[in-house]
Amino acid sequence: MLTDLTIAQAAEGLRRRDFSAAELTKAHTGAIGQLNERLNAYITVTADKAEAAAAQADKALAAGDAPTLTGIPLGIKDLFCTEGVKTTAASRILGNFVPPYESTVTANLLKNGAVFLGKTNLDEFAMGSANLTSAFGEVENPWHRTGDASVLVPGGSSGGSAAAVAAHIAMGATGTDTGGSIRQPAAYCGIVGLKPTYGRCSRWGTIAFASSLDQAGPMTRTVEDAAIMLQAMAGHDPKDSTSADLAVPDYRAATTRSLKGLRVGIPAEYRPEGMSAELLAVWQKGIDMLRDAGCEIVDVSLPHTKYGLATYYIIAPAECSSNLARYDGVRFGVRAEGAASLDDLYEKTRHDGFGEEVRRRILVGTYVLSAGYYDAYYLKAQKVRTLIRRDFTSAFEKVDVLLTPTAPTAAFGRDEKPEDPVQMYLNDIFTVPASMAGQPAMSVPVALDSRGLPLGLQLIGRHFDEETLIAAGAALEKAAAFSARPDLRAGAAA
Amino acid sequence: MSYVIEGSTGPWEIVVGLEVHAQVISNSKLFSGASTLFGGEPNTHVSLIDAGFPGMLPVINRGCVAQAVRTGLGLKARINLESRFDRKNYFYADLPQGYQISQFAHPIIGEGKIEIELSDGSTREIGITRLHLEQDAGKLMHDQDPKRSFVDLNRAGVALMEIVSEPDIRTPEEAGAYLRKLRQILRYLGTCDGNMDEGSMRADVNVSVRKAGEPFRTRCEIKNVNSIRFVTQAIEIEAARQVEIWESGGEVDQETRLFDPGRGETRSLRSKEDAHDYRYFPDPDLLPLVIEQSWVDQLKACLPELPDEKRARLQKEYGITAYDAGVLVAEQAIADFYETVAKGRDGKSAAAWMTGDFFAALNRTGKSIEESPVGADKLGAMLDLIADGTINGKIAKEVLETMFETGEAPLEIVERKGLRQVTDTGAIEKAADEVLTKNADKLEQYLGGKDKLFGFFVGQVMKATQGKANPAMVNEILKKKIHG
Repeated sequence: MLTDLTIAQAAEGLRRRDFSAAELTKAHTGAIGQLNERLNAYITVTADKAEAAAAQADKALAAGDAPTLTGIPLGIKDLFCTEGVKTTAASRILGNFVPPYESTVTANLLKNGAVFLGKTNLDEFAMGSANLTSAFGEVENPWHRTGDASVLVPGGSSGGSAAAVAAHIAMGATGTDTGGSIRQPAAYCGIVGLKPTYGRCSRWGTIAFASSLDQAGPMTRTVEDAAIMLQAMAGHDPKDSTSADLAVPDYRAATTRSLKGLRVGIPAEYRPEGMSAELLAVWQKGIDMLRDAGCEIVDVSLPHTKYGLATYYIIAPAECSSNLARYDGVRFGVRAEGAASLDDLYEKTRHDGFGEEVRRRILVGTYVLSAGYYDAYYLKAQKVRTLIRRDFTSAFEKVDVLLTPTAPTAAFGRDEKPEDPVQMYLNDIFTVPASMAGQPAMSVPVALDSRGLPLGLQLIGRHFDEETLIAAGAALEKAAAFSARPDLRAGAAA
Repeated sequence: MSYVIEGSTGPWEIVVGLEVHAQVISNSKLFSGASTLFGGEPNTHVSLIDAGFPGMLPVINRGCVAQAVRTGLGLKARINLESRFDRKNYFYADLPQGYQISQFAHPIIGEGKIEIELSDGSTREIGITRLHLEQDAGKLMHDQDPKRSFVDLNRAGVALMEIVSEPDIRTPEEAGAYLRKLRQILRYLGTCDGNMDEGSMRADVNVSVRKAGEPFRTRCEIKNVNSIRFVTQAIEIEAARQVEIWESGGEVDQETRLFDPGRGETRSLRSKEDAHDYRYFPDPDLLPLVIEQSWVDQLKACLPELPDEKRARLQKEYGITAYDAGVLVAEQAIADFYETVAKGRDGKSAAAWMTGDFFAALNRTGKSIEESPVGADKLGAMLDLIADGTINGKIAKEVLETMFETGEAPLEIVERKGLRQVTDTGAIEKAADEVLTKNADKLEQYLGGKDKLFGFFVGQVMKATQGKANPAMVNEILKKKIHG
């Protein structure tokens, strides 16, 4: 089936004329038609645009010299502004927003020939770890526990992208990761998710959650596909002052790099009390696989890991409280009716427009930046952030890459969601430190747990050394030979 | 010059500090490429960044940074090679992002100073605390519709320099002198046009009062005063209000006030309790602003000569008084004009003509120096005619007046009107003889000791020659004739 192909395979097939871009896109839009009502992975499906783009791609392919992603159908997280296509951030407040501009990352993908199938669902403004906060409904994880039909969450915030890729209704998708929003849903949905180094992909035109943490990255079914997508997405952008002015290396070449002598660090602090034996076993399996591939395994310590989550939940809300101030109903987006004054307009618009979790984080952020609390919260958190960064710097003096679990558990049931938001935040415990330090990190599916759900391992690299992640990720992938697929997917839907 | 308010409990002195917002002269805004032109149709100079659209990011305009550094150099201030942009968070309809990007904790420019001149000729130094870069807000329009307000974002995102003085100012006059001097420096540097009526320079005035020797008392901030005259008025009125409160046993509340020039009063805008909590924090969209000392040195090397230095040089080079030099450096264009006129000529005479008849004529015709119908070359040519004896000073006044009317060259006027100075001894002697004969009685009185009458004789001879006689020669000939 065309929808079963990887990006690399499809790119080859298109060039061999085994099938056309139109056929490839049609296979995906058709599958979306069958599955999306249930999965709710896409907020907006742009089938007509996709088919027109595929026709263009066929022309380019026929003319030869078409860029790598020509004709490859992708899902775009609905946090990337797409010109002329509604962009909602899964929020009511942007429910009618059609940007007159294209984000740098999606523009780069379009330049590389990609076909966009639509805008994928997410937690509202990327705030959440289970895709339960979208104003446009929850996303269902295409995986189910063996013999158990209960609906599981896909993780978040890039849950729509993860579900779409896992269910084969996109060959790949863009995600954004602020504290784990690419890696955790990738782990929950059994796919590869790569968060590049902060600054590797431009943030211009991507709706901001926490500016010092947000980073776009690819979500795919293989490490090689992640390398191909990242190649197109990355690069310096003068429109983003925090974008790195560095050449983008050949990521795909890194997939076949030898791991002989590579030093892999195993941080002691990622083994918290109460961690499941099953997860520990999978982690050990990953360690063994890398050792077998020629790596040297080194125990390391990242002593400030335990402060990561608390620090993150100060800095991210602080930035979000300011970043989301522009949604005021004055210039774009939804405006509440019947306001009696300007303040009333703000209150009504923002109360009606934002969901509960977004409102909570805006309030937390406003609080930690307030006079009298700034030093105790925000400033302290920034200092701890420096210590966390230093942890990684000193670890990377001894090792080349770190291996940890991606998330503390496999996907959980929609009904099992914790009532306490802080419990929910614990999902990000392993992903947040790398975000705080700006390190690149990737989740690779390695095994199924005893209930038939995928578990992922996380690789964390040096700044701007995505190549080592990709090399180690490819080795893990090869050794794990993870071939399980979810029951809900294109061509296999029950 | 001391300024005290005589209260019922004795004299009070005033303490004033000024925060000036000066719009930076630049082609584009501080963080976007949109134009900064004044007076465009509403919302025609607005980029998606200025309008705070989702996903838009600021990128610092290096030209604006250069202007801030040049201003800092002009204020003899410390240039901070590393500074930072913070977000100042508050909600208002003219603030699209919901925050203003400003420099709170780490401004680009640190301590500096300005020397001000006062009307009694004395000078004082006023300290500059800091200068920082920030974005301007948009403009609300309440008069376009009976029910709705509109927003014009043309100004949103334009670069401002906020220049904060130390609380060194002690009189309303000093406040005015400070603003004039600051504006003069900014205009010399070309970093702000200083037009207060267009809002490109605005002042927030911090005022408190105290008894001599006391520490500072509570101050009030008067926001957005838009002329120098209003600043001095607002200080007088606000200081008097505070004295009255203290003397009646009350407490001055720290608050933000507005000056209403129509009513001649200041009114409370918001109290300290209602003050915004701006929740400043470093803008994560921008890296720290790091500049190189070598770049600062380059900018320094290219600075124009500033008013203080220019005044000192003009005094020395052209031998003119401090007062005249001060008048001539008030604007760069005036100083340039003067130097063109004075070069190779008598600087004192050039200064006297410019500050006297020339400025008077400009004033009368309501023209600026740039619009003067008499250019520096023509004024210079006129001075040459005086120097070489073609005309005398009295005739020159008439020539200058005609130059203003017709734009002709001075020599043309002299020839056309036949104004050449009479240096023919015979003609002057003849006129002198006639005058002395006709006024024999006066001659007698003069010889009897009424010395003042000599001037009368000179005047009569001048009159007889239609003012064209060389006055020195008239003097000499008369003396010879009377005293033999």
